[in-house]
Amino acid sequence: MEKKLILAIETSCDETSAAVIENGQTILSNIVASQIKSHQRFGGVVPEIASRHHVEQITLIIEEALEKAEVSYEDLDAVAVTEGPGLVGALLIGVNAAKAIAFAHDLPLIAVNHIKGHIFANQLVTPLEFPLLSLVVSGGHTELIYMRAEDSYEIIGETRDDAAGEAYDKIGRVLGVPYPGGKHIDRMAHEGKDTYDFPRAMIQDDNFDFSFSGLKSSFINTVHNAKQKNEEINENDLAASFQAAVIDVLVDKTIRAAKEKNVRQLILAGGVAANKGLRTALEKAVSEELADVELLVPPLELCGDNAAMIGAAAYVQLKSNNYADFSLNGRPGLSV
Amino acid sequence: MRILAIDTSNQLMSVALIDDDRLIIERTVNVKRNHSIQLMPAIEEMMKEAEWRPKDLTRIVVAKGPGSYTGVRIGVTVAKTLAFSLGIELVGVSSLEVLAANGSQIEGSYCVPVFDARRGNIYTGLYQYQNGKLVQVEKDTHISAVQWAVYLKQLEGPVQLLGEDRLKHSDSFTKECGEQLIDLPTSRHYARASVLAERGKIRKPENKHLFEPEYLKLAEAEQNWMEAHPDFEQGGGWIEKL
Repeated sequence: MEKKLILAIETSCDETSAAVIENGQTILSNIVASQIKSHQRFGGVVPEIASRHHVEQITLIIEEALEKAEVSYEDLDAVAVTEGPGLVGALLIGVNAAKAIAFAHDLPLIAVNHIKGHIFANQLVTPLEFPLLSLVVSGGHTELIYMRAEDSYEIIGETRDDAAGEAYDKIGRVLGVPYPGGKHIDRMAHEGKDTYDFPRAMIQDDNFDFSFSGLKSSFINTVHNAKQKNEEINENDLAASFQAAVIDVLVDKTIRAAKEKNVRQLILAGGVAANKGLRTALEKAVSEELADVELLVPPLELCGDNAAMIGAAAYVQLKSNNYADFSLNGRPGLSV
Repeated sequence: MRILAIDTSNQLMSVALIDDDRLIIERTVNVKRNHSIQLMPAIEEMMKEAEWRPKDLTRIVVAKGPGSYTGVRIGVTVAKTLAFSLGIELVGVSSLEVLAANGSQIEGSYCVPVFDARRGNIYTGLYQYQNGKLVQVEKDTHISAVQWAVYLKQLEGPVQLLGEDRLKHSDSFTKECGEQLIDLPTSRHYARASVLAERGKIRKPENKHLFEPEYLKLAEAEQNWMEAHPDFEQGGGWIEKL
């Protein structure tokens, strides 16, 4: 097979990343510069500050990605970039940098959907096989996406309010753990027990949608009531109870959807895919209930935002000559 | 020297190609449209028309701000990425200076560019033509229009206000320095990339990787954070390689 090299750029939120990917599956380099320390000052990502950091970092990160991959512009077959969804000001940095490189070196430009990127992060480890179902969970998304083929996306379930990762961040703030809260809640959950019995929203409903805002309110009320009555709260048990409620619903609906759609692979994708509790629970459920289904869970370094996954998703578009022109813009609300 | 000059720091977009002392093409658009959509296509079209290839360029000059945060970032991102990936020189020029250079060479008069910065504030600076050369008298600044008008009044010299946004604050300026103000022809109130190129031609190249916009203002969240942490020593360290 002919070797195709894509330089991929990702700046949709608070990571500036560039990668060089061969044939959509081999990582030659994947440089990720995280701004998290900066945004921790504010307890969450501040869009204007994210955009400023991206401008500071962008050429440094691209240079490092090319150097680490030991390739020059002449070796490249395309430049790919995340066009959305994400923070518009942040997206614009990657988009404009990608356009400048594509123009300077007469390379095709590929506009990639960030969510598709998260799904294709798995392709960098194991080839995707269709039909598949993907559970995409991150700070901004909670979606069940059914794929009949590599360029076919159908959202069969999604959150009606908060994303799962968003709920983690919010209750993290209540517990006073640093932003982003998910990692800390996950760790605390492993030290505690599910004793608070939080609601499993919509678990009985005959659809694949989710809701996490009721759970979040229930959690906050529990903490406030306990404080008012001067009752002791076990923070680890609280974290474990919250996490169990989130995971129960995610796993239950995902397994049901996978059965109904009769898929070959089940894919976990997005930042919350790094959650140990979720990984373990999904692995257990799949081994018990979906014997013929292959579960793909990305390695931790490919769960968070990174450009390697954008390069993997872009390869599908490269094969079908699906290119963008120089009027490409950031699309913050882009759907799959 | 083949220069591509880019100014997207406000609603107006201006792009020019300059070959040493010759203007080849200049395109200035003053419609409310997204710079991200229109900048790269404009560059591509102009280069084609001039029959220049990207490799023919030797220097990129960009208006580095102040102005619209997003607008400035689009120009700066395209400029620094082009310069970096083509291995050519990058020069940044104050967006206010570009406008100030449009002033008339009237001895002893001040060229005062004005960008609206909302809530009664402006981005402005104080420039002057001395012996045919534009000289910066006061640093570019973010200030209330009223305060700036009072400051201009005590200078006592003639003042050329430059830029469309001066009209948004004409009450303040007329009240404080009515007699000092010199009216200029309409064409002088628009930043031109050809002027930007000229300003950028005489400057030393920047470090491309470290080059960033001149916002003249911290992001609001950061401003508040700094006020709450007065003892914090600045030094960055916010970015972490994973």
